[in-house]
Amino acid sequence: MNAAKKEKIDKSANGEPWVLRLYVAGQTPKSLTAFANLKKICAEYLEHQYRIEVIDLLENPQLGRGDQILAIPTLVRNLPQPIKKIIGDLSNTEKVLVGLDLRGRGVQ
Amino acid sequence: MKRAFKNLVKNRSSNGVSARRNGAGEREFLEKAPTGIPGLDEITFGGLPKNRPTLICGSAGCGKTLMAVEFLVRGAMDFGEPGVLMAFEETEEELAKNVASLGYDLNDLIAKKKLVIDYVHIERSEIEEAGEFDLEGLFIRLGSAIDAIGARRVVLDTIEAIFSGFPNPNILRAELRRLFRWLKNKGVTAVITGERGEGALTRQGLEEYVSDCVILLDHRVNDQMSTRRLRVVKYRGSTHGTNEYPFLIDEDGLSVLPVTSLGLDHKVSSERVGTGIARLDSMLSGGYYRGSTVLVSGTAGTGKSSIANHFVNATCRRGERCLYLASEESPAQIMRNMRSIGIDLAPWVKKGLLKFDAERPNVYGLEMHLLRMHKLISEYKPASVIVDPITNYLALGDDLEVKSMLIRLIDFLKINGVTSIFTSLTHGGGALEATTVGVSSLIDTWLLLRDIEVNGERNRGLYVIKSRGMAHSNQIREFLLTSHGAELIDVYLGSEGVLTGSARAAQEAREAAVATVRRQEVERKQRELERKRKALDAQIAALRAAYSVESQELEMGLAEERLREDKLAAERLEMARIRKADVANGNRRGKNNRKGAPA
Repeated sequence: MNAAKKEKIDKSANGEPWVLRLYVAGQTPKSLTAFANLKKICAEYLEHQYRIEVIDLLENPQLGRGDQILAIPTLVRNLPQPIKKIIGDLSNTEKVLVGLDLRGRGVQ
Repeated sequence: MKRAFKNLVKNRSSNGVSARRNGAGEREFLEKAPTGIPGLDEITFGGLPKNRPTLICGSAGCGKTLMAVEFLVRGAMDFGEPGVLMAFEETEEELAKNVASLGYDLNDLIAKKKLVIDYVHIERSEIEEAGEFDLEGLFIRLGSAIDAIGARRVVLDTIEAIFSGFPNPNILRAELRRLFRWLKNKGVTAVITGERGEGALTRQGLEEYVSDCVILLDHRVNDQMSTRRLRVVKYRGSTHGTNEYPFLIDEDGLSVLPVTSLGLDHKVSSERVGTGIARLDSMLSGGYYRGSTVLVSGTAGTGKSSIANHFVNATCRRGERCLYLASEESPAQIMRNMRSIGIDLAPWVKKGLLKFDAERPNVYGLEMHLLRMHKLISEYKPASVIVDPITNYLALGDDLEVKSMLIRLIDFLKINGVTSIFTSLTHGGGALEATTVGVSSLIDTWLLLRDIEVNGERNRGLYVIKSRGMAHSNQIREFLLTSHGAELIDVYLGSEGVLTGSARAAQEAREAAVATVRRQEVERKQRELERKRKALDAQIAALRAAYSVESQELEMGLAEERLREDKLAAERLEMARIRKADVANGNRRGKNNRKGAPA
């Protein structure tokens, strides 16, 4: 959980790999749920073209500054542009998909 | 002068202690964090509640951010309490620039690790909500900033940004509550700024309940004149001034005017200060009391400013400072006009003993004027203040407002032991005594100048209408402005009534003529007497001369007689000698006589 978890990158389909950062503060139920939900969604919609970094603000409070993290948990999509932020435990899959601009991709 | 100011400070601090005792019970004082903002600490009796959150709310542009920043900066600079400013609306650079105009160097404080500015940017369009969340990130960020410099003060500016930046108000409200609790537990004195809501103090209607102290700022425009006002809406565990207090933002930051909280317990002086007009001093049996309030009222052109300027001159001559608040004439004009009656103010200005502050009254509202006067007086610490004329402020508000302003000004002046002269223009037609919105009861010495119109000319008359605590003349004096200053002379009082001006001069001339005639008569009589005396003397001399002639003749006669007798005796002796008789007889007779005398 603490270590950044990297999935294998597959550049075949849409060029750039996705970089997803999940900010949490300790292993709270909300954080764990968010991580589980994120993995599930990524596996389903992104196949292998993504990378997830989990940042624990309790350990590195300074890391939250760059992405202006106030809400916990927050999922930040740095790439591709524009930056997208999704807050919450990601239990609402529909909203996560809208937030990540993945709507329509799943139907493909 | 200095003593007076010290007294003021002492007064205030003792007020603070007693109030706190009243508010929080005998044993446990509510600790307070002084803001260092002049006036605010007096209203709150010591400052904001220490280690508790305070809400500053108000609509846009009322000075919330500035007040919060000043609280932080003064805390860091004056009270050794480092601070964290979490800004949601302005970046570090913007903030530093904005408050640089107030003389605060934020970058310097940041470099000295006395201040941390953390700009938090929330972009609503980037954020999508997908499930439960909390604001732990904010807490962690704030916590790390506090821990980095050991901050004792925290400012969040403004809390609205969180509500506009995140969805789901329910979670936010709960988190806000948690934030306030968290700040308390963290042991920091926090100031949170919030936008004013409609019909409520804040948009969410929540912050005011979770804060321990709520300060409402307001910016109102009345008759095109804007005034900033401040009110302490609530203060848990402490008494506080509950009124609306005007405040000012100028090059020194904020200052609040809490004059109405001051009492009537100022010290009085029985020292007299000269009025600058010798005759007026004697009318007042020695001059004004130091620290008293003098009103000089009169119709246009009666010489009110001249009386005031004589006092200015006298003050400066004593080596004391004088502040001249002019609202009708420019300083240059006042100095020129006063030169014409022999008062040269320029050297005093050069020496720094006289300071002019000329401002048209309609530039600010009443409260701003009052606040400006306060600032000027507090900074310059004059011994005397001239407000010329006070009547110009009447247009700025209704009677009640003006009166309340004057009360507060007079109280302030008295507390500081400043002798003040207000000039007041009365308009013709109305009763002369019914002047100036009934301020007369606040005035210690009231001089009335009035025109006396007789025989087609106007002359100035001066009365002392009242002068508290001193014997003063009940006489009307004619007031003359000459090239060497003002002069008070007795008016003619007699069978012809009260005469002034040329009528007085004519009457005096008439009286002088009568007196001359009388004097001449007396002189003539004296001369006659002298002449008679001389005649008498002459007579006496003549008599004396006649007498001496007579007595001489008499003496001569006597002498001749004696001579004749002697001659006869000699002849007799000669006869006897010739007859040779009785020589011895004659000798013996002489011997016998001598012997027989003792027997």
